[in-house]
Amino acid sequence: MTILNHPPSSPDLTALASRALNLRRKMMNMASGKGEGYIAQGLGMADCLATLYFHEMRYDPQDPEWKGRDRFVLSTGHYSIAMYAVLAEAGIIREDELSSYGLNGSRLPMSTFDDTPGVEMVGGSLGHGLGQAVGMAMGLRLDGSPARVFCEFSDGELQEGSTWEAAMGGATFKCDNLVALIDCNGIQADGPVTVKIEPVADKLTAFGWETVEINGNSIEELVQALASSRNPNGKPKAIVMRTTPGFGIPTVMARDRAHFVRIDNSEWTALIEELETHNG
Amino acid sequence: MADTPATTASVSGRTRGMGELIDIAGKVTEIAPFGHTLAALASERPEIVGLTADMGRYSDILPFRDAHPTRFFNVGMAEQNLIMTAAGLAKTGKIAYCTTYSVFITRRAYDFVALACAHSMANVKIFAGMPGLVNGYGATHQATEDLNMMRGIADLTIIDPCDATELKQVVRAVADIPGTVYVRNLRGKVPVELGPDYVFEVGKAKVLRPGREVGIISAGYMTARALDAAKAAKDRGVDAGVLHVGTIKPFDAKSVIEFAKRFDRVIVAENHKTSGGLASLVVEALYDAGIVKPMIKIGLVDSFFECGSQEYLEAKYGVDTPRFLRAIVDGQ
Repeated sequence: MTILNHPPSSPDLTALASRALNLRRKMMNMASGKGEGYIAQGLGMADCLATLYFHEMRYDPQDPEWKGRDRFVLSTGHYSIAMYAVLAEAGIIREDELSSYGLNGSRLPMSTFDDTPGVEMVGGSLGHGLGQAVGMAMGLRLDGSPARVFCEFSDGELQEGSTWEAAMGGATFKCDNLVALIDCNGIQADGPVTVKIEPVADKLTAFGWETVEINGNSIEELVQALASSRNPNGKPKAIVMRTTPGFGIPTVMARDRAHFVRIDNSEWTALIEELETHNG
Repeated sequence: MADTPATTASVSGRTRGMGELIDIAGKVTEIAPFGHTLAALASERPEIVGLTADMGRYSDILPFRDAHPTRFFNVGMAEQNLIMTAAGLAKTGKIAYCTTYSVFITRRAYDFVALACAHSMANVKIFAGMPGLVNGYGATHQATEDLNMMRGIADLTIIDPCDATELKQVVRAVADIPGTVYVRNLRGKVPVELGPDYVFEVGKAKVLRPGREVGIISAGYMTARALDAAKAAKDRGVDAGVLHVGTIKPFDAKSVIEFAKRFDRVIVAENHKTSGGLASLVVEALYDAGIVKPMIKIGLVDSFFECGSQEYLEAKYGVDTPRFLRAIVDGQ
């Protein structure tokens, strides 16, 4: 058994930045040549996932079902490309399996299924993640487990009423072993977030959550926010992450329609080169 | 089985609150068989948790709450959250028993039952109260299409118990049925119709009365009505058999086909619309087996239904004992 990050080590920001770059490389390679995909969100989430999996979360890459593991719940199933990148980087799935992403018969479908090792929930029908994370947090506490639950969901998912039902539940049941990681990237399927959901942090605070708002592409801020989320004060924690879609590749960051990015086959190599240059 | 023929209760014309089952003179009843059985079972099974969405008082789960307060959670009027939270608890090794009304589970939380629960084979056991016409609140509270909706979900077990005897066995049995289970819960004073020798088996229909001339295939509490009607019909010289389909999904097509083959005509009875529920399943099974029989469907038409007392509604919509007798004795 090789449990990672127990106890949480002191942060090595350079190493974490290197992990985040690896995640971005993996995502670009997975998407390369496919012509389209949820690249922008994945690139935006890379810093958060790197910090979670290589600094904060406890898990055993050899035993993804280890009962004492911290849970990571990816509510936005269409961010699967980011999920698979981090699972491969952590050694939970094989690196060479990534090339099967989105192919027929693959264990790595375009939207997450929970039969993929390391994936805790069927994602993709939005507004499902937070409630299941609340239930997991309650179940772990009933067992006296010190494990925690980290739940990613997006600003767009705050338009789903079920997310607010879950937010009320998490506070009511005092789930201080639960951390919401809200990817506020400002985009949804039809473009910029359509229905007013801000101020996200104030709303969650009013719902009884301990809330911080950070730059979700700053590993330093992520490390600090996650450290403060360990406080067992009876309140669930929310980290409102302002992320930039396509972060790490300026050309993708500059796209107007970043929700579902279409890329000409000729462009992939240039974008991957840009990733290396920009982060070199 | 109760020996007294069915008669309507003396308190007629009253709209009963919150889905109380109709009192039938001479019937033995048990109070809250679901909650008391769950409380006892949970003493043996520490992994059991119970949840409700502001319907604890009206879905009979309070005996469980009182016995195991640390394992009971009321999520408020939030059925989507009820099912999500239950799924999350199940994913940490719990068996999550959930209660609210059928309508709120099926119409409001459908996506969550399908994806958060059934798709993951999550150990969630939904005891859905007031199925069918069991109440006086009208369409907002009448789950008359729940079987139709729920049978559309893959990897979901659906159970429609007959009475307190069966319901108590179901409460225990579902703990060991893998995955998600939807049970049409019977609440309040639940009649005891089946004898102590009755054994519920998931996925198995049971012949409760052999019969010779007409075969009744029924589910839920309509089986109790079928048994009463069959006894009354015997006095008029017609020997009716009764097959109780306690599990709607997986559907016991084999037993249904064997039973139907023995009769010249068949009656299907359910506390549900006659479209999309038991009758549809029986027709599909028989057609697939190449069997065509004259068939009468006793159930609800495709409509929304008005408010009223149980007796009034059952008579108005043709799901009462006189309706059974016309079908059995007169073939209409």
